Amino acid sequence: MRTVLWKRIGLAGLRGFYRNRTVSLSSIFILTITLSIITSFYLFRAVFDYTLVQVKEKVDVRVYFKTDATEEQIMEVKAKLLGLTDVQTIEYVSRDQALLDFKKKHEGDQLTLQALDELGANPFGASLSVVAKDTSRYEAIAHQLDESSGLLGDNKTAIDKINYFQIKDSIDTLNNIIGWTNTVGFWLSIMFVLMSCMIVYNTIRLAIFVYRDEIAVMKLVGASNMFIRGPFVVESMLYSVVATVITLAVFYPATIWVTQKTVFFFEGMNIHAFYMAHIGTLSLALLIFGALLTTVSSLLAVRKYLKV
Amino acid sequence: MLYFDKVSKEYENGARVLDDISLTINKGELVSVVGHSGAGKTTLIKMLLAEESPSQGVVSFNSDNIHTLRGKDMTKYRRKIGVVFQDFRLIPNKTAYENVAFAMEAAGRHDDEIASDVPHVLDLVDLKSKMHHFPHQLSGGEQQRVAIARAIINRPEIIIADEPTGNLDPLNTYDIVQILKKINDLGTTVILTTHNKGIVDNLGRRVITMENGKVVRDQKSGRFTM
Repeated sequence: MRTVLWKRIGLAGLRGFYRNRTVSLSSIFILTITLSIITSFYLFRAVFDYTLVQVKEKVDVRVYFKTDATEEQIMEVKAKLLGLTDVQTIEYVSRDQALLDFKKKHEGDQLTLQALDELGANPFGASLSVVAKDTSRYEAIAHQLDESSGLLGDNKTAIDKINYFQIKDSIDTLNNIIGWTNTVGFWLSIMFVLMSCMIVYNTIRLAIFVYRDEIAVMKLVGASNMFIRGPFVVESMLYSVVATVITLAVFYPATIWVTQKTVFFFEGMNIHAFYMAHIGTLSLALLIFGALLTTVSSLLAVRKYLKV
Repeated sequence: MLYFDKVSKEYENGARVLDDISLTINKGELVSVVGHSGAGKTTLIKMLLAEESPSQGVVSFNSDNIHTLRGKDMTKYRRKIGVVFQDFRLIPNKTAYENVAFAMEAAGRHDDEIASDVPHVLDLVDLKSKMHHFPHQLSGGEQQRVAIARAIINRPEIIIADEPTGNLDPLNTYDIVQILKKINDLGTTVILTTHNKGIVDNLGRRVITMENGKVVRDQKSGRFTM
């Protein structure tokens, strides 16, 4: 008996979906817009997070050594820094490498290169580029490098300068931006989801409002609440399936286009590749979100008219 | 079978639409309820369908107080009643066949039974050839015949017809009344509200006349008098 009931509900839902094409199309349209907003937001967050990681990776504390510092002294400092829990990586740039890097950076600037040649000897000292596990930990690392901490011991005479204090403001600003965007991002997502829910709920409520007299007749001919609600739920689920497919199909060329336009701007991030890599999770999430939203909306909307 | 025991209905604005109604309708009767607009006929029908609850008194079907029924009991009760409305109230996106089949599906009847009974009943109301038409493709009289087919398909104990000929021409009115009469002859109780003097006088059955929410006349074999 249950199987027969489900079959009838399923068929009635399919028929309703096909026959009430105008209502179905408008509901699908609204739901597609909602799912597109959510997908855009998801991709925007991904791009933002990626860019932030790139920016974070460019921040470091650089320890410059005097030109007469020995490699032994430098390696000793490196080993001590590696022992700190806040340090993620340390890159050693030798004097020769520093000279090469400078030349490469100024290869079109003959005046600067000539001035360098006139100096005769290599004016650059070696340096250690220290990357912290978290941007908020640079200050702690800088304090460890402070003379009073005793970490450097006798090697402190080999150090020319530490650039943390020059970039401190930039690091603080970056930390503030990260904190701010996380908070704003969280509340924005909540706001977007709530707004989307309200839009979809109202669309489905309007669609079901059209059927209020029919629902009353169904009750009067002895249909149970489940038998009345069922087809509306099936229709709502079909809306979410179609809207998810349309959203995913629209974002396929859209992400290709956006990638072409922004691949340099976003530090080399390929949005389309990211989209394709996450399309399975994304489609499942959109489908579940859309189905839950439309089902709950239609159940709430129909409930009002079942009180006959 | 149906009992109204001192039933009154008063709305929040103080309007009293039913006033101390007591009457009994027995199994197999064909009862016409007549009266001017606003006399309380439709409210009386709504009480039977449990669309409205009385402010005072009790409406019973056999021994059950209709207005205390809930959930499945209410659904079961409504399946014992077939309703025909003046404005037909067919489901517009279902064909004539599907409208009639819906009542059977709602009652949990088997597919085989539906496949054999629906064409048979549509044949009884002379609509077999148009069973796959949607309501908007049918005339008023044809739509009302579909509504009657839907009302009788589950072999209900009572048929309630609220102004069933109100929107029809004389020829269709005659057809509908003949069908209702035939249904009653087969043993189903029929309650008919109407403004049509000709119908009531030709039927020559029980007539309940209402005025200002009260039953002013209840004649065994009455005529339309106001």
